[in-house]
Amino acid sequence: MTQDTLNFIFIGLSFAIYIAIAVRSRASSTKEYYTAGGGVSPFANGMATAADWMSAATFISMAGTVAISGYDASRFLMGWTGGFVLLTILMVPFLRKFGKSTVPDFIGDRYYSKLARGVAVLCAIFICMTYIMGQMRGVGVVFSQLFNISIPSGVLIGSSIVFVYAGLGGMKGITYTQVAQYCVMALSYTIPAIFIAIALTNNFIPQLGLIGNFTAEEPQIPFLQKLNNINTELGFSEFTAGKMNTINMFCITAALMCGTAGLPHVIVRFFTVKNVAAVRKSACWTLLFISVIYLTAPTIGAFARVNLVETLHNNSYQDAPYWFKDFEETGQMAWIDKNNDGKIQYYGPGKSDIGKNTVFQGKSPSYPSYDAPQAQRIGPEGQRLLANKADLSNPNELWFGNDIMVMANPHMAALPKWVIAFLMAGCIAAALSTAAGLLLVLSTSISHDLMKKIVKPDLSDKEEVNYARVASFVALAVAAYFGINPPSAFIAKTVAFAFGLAASSFFPTLLIGIFSRRMNKEGAISGMLCGIVFTISYIIYFQFLGGTKEQYLFGITPEGIGFVGMLINFAVAFTVRAFTPAPPKEIQAMVEEIHIPNGASEASHH
Amino acid sequence: MKSTDHRSYLKSCLRIVYCLLAVWFTASFGCGILFRDWLDANAPQIGNAPFGFWMAQQGSIICFVILLVVYAFLMNRLDEKYGYSENK
Repeated sequence: MTQDTLNFIFIGLSFAIYIAIAVRSRASSTKEYYTAGGGVSPFANGMATAADWMSAATFISMAGTVAISGYDASRFLMGWTGGFVLLTILMVPFLRKFGKSTVPDFIGDRYYSKLARGVAVLCAIFICMTYIMGQMRGVGVVFSQLFNISIPSGVLIGSSIVFVYAGLGGMKGITYTQVAQYCVMALSYTIPAIFIAIALTNNFIPQLGLIGNFTAEEPQIPFLQKLNNINTELGFSEFTAGKMNTINMFCITAALMCGTAGLPHVIVRFFTVKNVAAVRKSACWTLLFISVIYLTAPTIGAFARVNLVETLHNNSYQDAPYWFKDFEETGQMAWIDKNNDGKIQYYGPGKSDIGKNTVFQGKSPSYPSYDAPQAQRIGPEGQRLLANKADLSNPNELWFGNDIMVMANPHMAALPKWVIAFLMAGCIAAALSTAAGLLLVLSTSISHDLMKKIVKPDLSDKEEVNYARVASFVALAVAAYFGINPPSAFIAKTVAFAFGLAASSFFPTLLIGIFSRRMNKEGAISGMLCGIVFTISYIIYFQFLGGTKEQYLFGITPEGIGFVGMLINFAVAFTVRAFTPAPPKEIQAMVEEIHIPNGASEASHH
Repeated sequence: MKSTDHRSYLKSCLRIVYCLLAVWFTASFGCGILFRDWLDANAPQIGNAPFGFWMAQQGSIICFVILLVVYAFLMNRLDEKYGYSENK
């Protein structure tokens, strides 16, 4: 059976399962639509949240980032999981007790102000929208590779599937589909890792293989030693050392953690279980399920790096494995034979005088059109030629995108075809589950927080659900549009910054709202605005207006500035509070009330 | 008196939160970032991995999972003590 047929079967089967589940558990009331009726078991909710949490980007690129940057990639590993701890012990149980099903709802009521609610709605919409665009693009790319269709049709297929079960099924449908999606993701991620761990380290637990010996050749040396040797020999910094400065590393990790804790689509998940005790239990399950993937990612990255270098470096192009040519064809790997020896050489920045290892000029490879003469398209060794000019300042000849590590891994290790097909299904599950979760938050933000609470308070339950469905359709259409026509590199950048924005806006505001009885609306709103405006301006200045590295505040990159934005938010909020009147008595009583965990059995949106 | 009960509950709750956050900070920012170089050089290796590196890529995540389990356990016990538990 060919790879394509297998891919088709695996993905088709997984879709059949998702849709069957969605149809069986579709929502019939607003309560089911928003919070699945509040009766999902902690175990199932844990799985669903984990699936929601891990986007296509996590699934595909994280291992790739580890492979390329070694220790430096720890900021993502720690940032995203550590944020979950903050979320669980500082926020979720209290918000759950409060009993409103959306984050803007909490902010609006706690700070007794429509303005605060409005700002929160805008932030939620913005964060979710940037995210969901990236997901739709991801789905489109995978589909187009799979079925050889154009990316736009891939995006359209993906978005119609998401609409069927998220728009129609509501939270209840999504939750149960995500349980199935988590299973697909976890299995498809760990199975290749196990196979490769056995091949390289003779240990069937990848995490133990990572800290064990490299057994594929004699004499045996520690696996990480092997990796460090490879890296230093090729002119990269040591795998276990990293080269990012400590302050920047600290700030990025902190921004990712706090940003994670402020992400509206994850907070909402905990309204689907029955009480505060179940929330805590559910959070344990969620992090456990997430850690299955997060603990495997560094091992996949490390193994893939060894495999990649061993199979490609200093081997002639003619003998390169089939997958190298496949990835060349899709533009995800490229080789420029700078020294004309017919061999692929892969070197790090240490091998050149100016400390760079760029293969060609320009950011990404471009190719001559298909009707160009053959001599411009195909090189003497049969390689695919690039339109970019070679960068001759260094000897590195191999270019590849970060994202291919996970996808190429099973090929590199020569695993059976069904493993690869399964991995494809997992990747699509990751993108779909996150997109569905986000879509739901988006549609509730619009129908509930915007329409019912601000524009048209006399909306009936039924109308509200209909508004939500229409909103999710519109949101999806917009997301699909941007998935087809991405504003160039803009989306990829904004997705990473969504965390910074969440860290500088939602996180501090929610935290103070929960723990400080005396915080008033003036403090909260000005804090939120100062934090987010500072963060956005810093990002825009350095990303789009040409700010240079030398101008970084304390050497902090825009990725990590959300942490500083957060500190500003706190500082401004408390300063303004000191000069403005205390909040009304009933608000103070309400804050005291949410600290007590019982009596939260009805999570409604009323 | 209900409100004194409430105060002392919140106090115990915050104590748990602070302790767990201290562990959280030490495991991730402490071992994984701030003192990593020192730990890599001086602390015992985990298998064949330098301690700081291992904490950053694996250990901290394992710690996080344990933290949440401990949190759930301690908080549920606290709820029971104050009669706020809903698991009848």
